[in-house]
Amino acid sequence: MNINATLLAQCLVFAALVWFTMKFIWPQVLEAIDQRNREIADGLEAAARGRSELDAAQGRIEQLVSEARSQASEIIEQANGRASRIVDEAREEGERERLRLVESAHSEIERETMQARDELREQVAGLAIAGAEKILQREIDAGAHGAMLQRFADRI
Amino acid sequence: MAAESGGGGSAGYIEHHLTNLQAGEGFWTFHIDSLFYSVLLGVLFAGSFYFAARRATAGVPGRWQSFVEMLVDFVNTQVKDAYHGPSKLLAPLALTIFCWVFLMNFMDLVPVDLLPEIGLLMGIEYMKVVPSTDLNITFGLSISVFLLIIVFSIRAKGLGGFGREIFFKPFGKWLLPFNVTLKIVEELAKPMSLALRLFGNLYAGELIFILIALFTLGNTLTSLVTSAAAFSFVVQFALGLAWALFHILVITLQAFIFMMLTIVYLSMASEEH
Repeated sequence: MNINATLLAQCLVFAALVWFTMKFIWPQVLEAIDQRNREIADGLEAAARGRSELDAAQGRIEQLVSEARSQASEIIEQANGRASRIVDEAREEGERERLRLVESAHSEIERETMQARDELREQVAGLAIAGAEKILQREIDAGAHGAMLQRFADRI
Repeated sequence: MAAESGGGGSAGYIEHHLTNLQAGEGFWTFHIDSLFYSVLLGVLFAGSFYFAARRATAGVPGRWQSFVEMLVDFVNTQVKDAYHGPSKLLAPLALTIFCWVFLMNFMDLVPVDLLPEIGLLMGIEYMKVVPSTDLNITFGLSISVFLLIIVFSIRAKGLGGFGREIFFKPFGKWLLPFNVTLKIVEELAKPMSLALRLFGNLYAGELIFILIALFTLGNTLTSLVTSAAAFSFVVQFALGLAWALFHILVITLQAFIFMMLTIVYLSMASEEH
């Protein structure tokens, strides 16, 4: 086991290998590692940001939902009030309509009654005249007595 | 692992396993097998990691990319913990050392005779497959680190600062020779310990694999029917398994220690004492 020129050759090979590693292996691999680390860090940061945004959104959603719920109940209340008011109004209107109808019916009845009475009166007068005409056909002047009977019928 | 030695029994078998395939004379000898496997594993490391790096995306990574990123991240953490300087070199250096040394150590887990036997079939007489059991390889790494320690020191403190550190610390200018001696010992201890620790651990591990392989040395497949040979076969299997499992820990640990000490030495070099 003696030292010889193998040593020098080994030194040269070693130098070449180290140079090659320094030039073509180390920087590339390290760069890939560093870049991946950066990407992972970015990803983690984005995830954290997303989570906090999600939390905020969740809070906003809850707020919106509760607002909407209170608004809805308000609207329902309003609608209920309006509905009952409408019903009341309708009832009042109906009542008024009923009274009006009853009144108009009364007046119609009254009018019809009057008319019937008038007709009856005229018919009575006609019948009376016809009867009188039958009875007094010969001696009584139809014109003069007719006028008298008409005055009588008017008084009924 | 019924090995057939090239003659000379156990001693010859072991010696054969501990001999490098060599080319050249004197100092200018090259261990072809060590260099071949070290370059092969280096290219394997660089190529496979380059494959991941070229297609690296910041999106969902594939399995291989995940594995590479895991290693890069692991090394990066170690470097950042120990070193606070501005170097673009240290972290890739540490990654290279960890992966390369681990792969070289891993050759220890390949059955000791597998590749050398294949080599023999191809006419290659000697083959040591674990580069980190070769002192030249481990010293090649540690001396490179040592040079980097000096470079880092000068870069961080300037030539003057580095000189001051050598000559006037820790005992002031009146004990200058003592300071220098101390500094030299201190600095030389770093590459020595780095290289010898790795070499020692792996060499010992390899040697034990070789010794375990001796159990069935000289046996042929047909001789395994005798009870004694079958027994030694079972013993070799059990010991080999146990040592291999333990060795998984050792090779990883040694690669980690080499990387960690490199980081520590270089960060020490770039700080004032």
